[in-house]
Amino acid sequence: MTGGSPYVPHTAEETTAMLDAVGVEDVEDLFDVPEAVRFDGDLGIESRTEAETKTEVAGLLSRNDDLTEFLGRGHYDHYVPSVVDRISGRSEFLTSYTQYQPEVAQGFLQALFEYQSMLVELTGLPIANASMYDAATALGEAALLAARVRETSGSTVLVPGYVREERVSVLENYGAGADLDVQRVTTEQGTVDLSALEAAADDDTLVVYAENPTTRGTIEPDLDAIGDIAHDNDALFVVGSDPVALSLLERPADVGADVVVGDASVLGMPTSYGMGLGLFATREDFLRQVPGRLVGASEDAAGKRAYTLTLQTREQHIRRERATSNICTNQAWVALRTAMHVAYLGPDGLLEKAERMVTLADEVAGALNGITGVRAPVDDRYHFREFVAHTDQPAHAIVEDLDAKGFAVHEIGEHEVQVCVTETNAGSVDDLVTAFQEVAR
Amino acid sequence: MTHHYDQARWSEAGGEVYESLLSEKGEKTVEIDDSALPDDLTRDSLSLPDVSEPELSRHYVRLSQQNYGVESGPYPLGSCTMKYNPPVTEDVAAVDGALVHPDRSPESTQGTLALMYRLQDYLARIGGVDAVTLQPPAGAAGEFTGIRIAAAYHEANGDDGRTEVVVPDSAHGTNPASAAMAGYDVVEIPSEDGRVDLDALAAAVGDETAAFMLTNPNTLGLFERDIEAIADIVHDAGALLYYDGANLNALLGRVRPGDMGFDIMHYNVHKTFATPHGGGGPGAGPVGVVDDLAEFLPDPHVRESNGGFELYTPEQSIGKVHGFAGNWLVLVKAYAYIARLGEEGLLDTSAKAVLNANYLASQIDLEVPYEPFHHEFVASAGERDAADLAKRMLDYGVHPPTTKWPEIVEEALMTEPTESESKRTLDQLADAFDAAAGDDDATLEAAPNRTTARRIDQTSAARNPRLSWQALDD
Repeated sequence: MTGGSPYVPHTAEETTAMLDAVGVEDVEDLFDVPEAVRFDGDLGIESRTEAETKTEVAGLLSRNDDLTEFLGRGHYDHYVPSVVDRISGRSEFLTSYTQYQPEVAQGFLQALFEYQSMLVELTGLPIANASMYDAATALGEAALLAARVRETSGSTVLVPGYVREERVSVLENYGAGADLDVQRVTTEQGTVDLSALEAAADDDTLVVYAENPTTRGTIEPDLDAIGDIAHDNDALFVVGSDPVALSLLERPADVGADVVVGDASVLGMPTSYGMGLGLFATREDFLRQVPGRLVGASEDAAGKRAYTLTLQTREQHIRRERATSNICTNQAWVALRTAMHVAYLGPDGLLEKAERMVTLADEVAGALNGITGVRAPVDDRYHFREFVAHTDQPAHAIVEDLDAKGFAVHEIGEHEVQVCVTETNAGSVDDLVTAFQEVAR
Repeated sequence: MTHHYDQARWSEAGGEVYESLLSEKGEKTVEIDDSALPDDLTRDSLSLPDVSEPELSRHYVRLSQQNYGVESGPYPLGSCTMKYNPPVTEDVAAVDGALVHPDRSPESTQGTLALMYRLQDYLARIGGVDAVTLQPPAGAAGEFTGIRIAAAYHEANGDDGRTEVVVPDSAHGTNPASAAMAGYDVVEIPSEDGRVDLDALAAAVGDETAAFMLTNPNTLGLFERDIEAIADIVHDAGALLYYDGANLNALLGRVRPGDMGFDIMHYNVHKTFATPHGGGGPGAGPVGVVDDLAEFLPDPHVRESNGGFELYTPEQSIGKVHGFAGNWLVLVKAYAYIARLGEEGLLDTSAKAVLNANYLASQIDLEVPYEPFHHEFVASAGERDAADLAKRMLDYGVHPPTTKWPEIVEEALMTEPTESESKRTLDQLADAFDAAAGDDDATLEAAPNRTTARRIDQTSAARNPRLSWQALDD
């Protein structure tokens, strides 16, 4: 048969036999659709061979300029080891779905159980779920959790000025239904201004959010105090971070975090135009308010340890409009990859990577600071992966000129650019510095 | 002839566990005292698994062997559309140009934007809608986006008394959950013979209704034949009609939601367009809308401009529903799948999906109370426990259907074979249904026996939650 789906296995004889068995002459007879709503037009979509499909997509994507990216601000390019790509791509993982029959899904369930366990160690909090979509939606879910556990305690979510507009926009969308009001709090040197936060927090505060490291790459010097302000106002303290940073920086649980959110895709995916993996960890007493899937250990009929999705009565397929979240399809496969990557690195490798994110940022800022017309870092803080540089020239011109020389950096203010360095672009730092020298004066 | 199935099992530590946890294979604690950062900014120590790369590789290969995917065998979970995932889509998603940073300028990412624009266009054609956003990262996120768009639309019209979203009792749980998340009261209406009861709908919708959410065909596989009347009732009340795309596979190229009067829809590209679900995700849930609603789509949106493509913010955009551009690599795979199939392939997909469901139902002894159905059917285990029957089917080498839902059918087995199963496989599935149904209750209750794990105690998992290896010693 020509022109059909290449993924349909039926021979003409089989189709005929099946139609006979069903008792119709033509497959169209099986469509119980009124004539009035039938589509009799042409979709105008030509089919391609497999080779043509590959060529077309590769050709389209080759229209992207080949730039060396020094971009971060919530999405980071860390080298993904081959073993992670190879093993996570096994079809038993890749082509499975949610583990509704745990007896034939022990592999994925165990991997997600291990992922949850790694987040427990990294955050210090005892409960982690099996994934959210990304950092922004995880933050939105954290605010909704707060609204459920603090029903009588206000509706304001305080967000530092450094948080990306995109995250705030998602948070506002998630909070709209619960009438949450998102307010920005002033920052100082790229971190939370404690006196401004103290002045902003009151009885109406539901959540105080902070990031560590921040969107500007700064390390918060006094997370403890931010947590205290949250708790003094009966608000939840939500901390945003990522698995690499969490391996080195103080544990959110130790500074009073009630929920940790963030993007774990830093170890699971290349940058991929922003594909994420929302991490979500929280306190034991919020267990029954957690959004998303949870994998738990249990026993099978032979008395052996086995894993299963658990506490599903929180979820939409059972609780419907009273569910803790609408999430169903999540980012399980990315979580699998993150778990593999963490295991690949081990504690030494992960820490070494994290330490390097501090020293690299320091070195590159220092190198840029030596250039006439550039001052870096702008914030007098320790940095992780990235930092802000002041440029005497308009930032817009700097970014355009660097683009022409093959480099991408963020333009974040009239005279401010942001530069992010990881192990994947560290080899191009000298070239970037040279390019800066040529464009910054 | 029934098949039997032996899933891989691994035995370590004297057979007490099947495959040790990574933490049991080797764990290491590193003290953090000599750091690039002062002590008060760092944690004290870090404890994580510590295994060599070969050990790691074996661990995950073993885990994969204990997991069932579409390439392991038939996977007829109702409403999940677990069809074959062609590997070519993996290859196209791995090209360098796909892996750019989301903050790259539109000028330097014309390839990415061109692909997004083309996919928006293809999805709009398939859905019969005017504009599509690719941002929502899953179907439920698409529902939430759609309901937020409905809210913004009513608000823009000064129509702010609409506080309810109506759903049929057969709706997927995500529908009421998404509506509630967007702040709406959910009104559930009963079905009549498995379809929307028009009188109940007319009684339920009114000045307070923001939207009615519907799957068509519905979760019983039944086409809502009165869709035109349904659309009239909803629109006459000033409400919007929302299409849940979970079952779109049944209609490709034959019926389009936009033509049926739907104002907003989401696509489950991981179902309909064969992108792998990866153990529960990632998916993608693009949302399509009619012209009147295009101004409310999420920010940013892709449009053509001077022969190129640009990102722009629709005038009354609801803002963002994902921090960046959604699950981009899933979208690349969906584009490749649609391009590979073309219109003829899409038409064939629905034809064979519907034929397969009808054929399979005709070959099993269990009762199928509601018909004529399209791409999925709901069989009834009757006096037997559907969950037990499903567990027994695992021993016969197939993944069972969705069980005990929808509740309209007693002991439901909601079955969607999809187009990618052959007659031979469908016969194997039918054998598994019938063999399990023919086994005695004791056998069913003891099943499964040939899988990695025997029947798992769900109750104790929930009663005594142990959600990490740290919690195992408690």
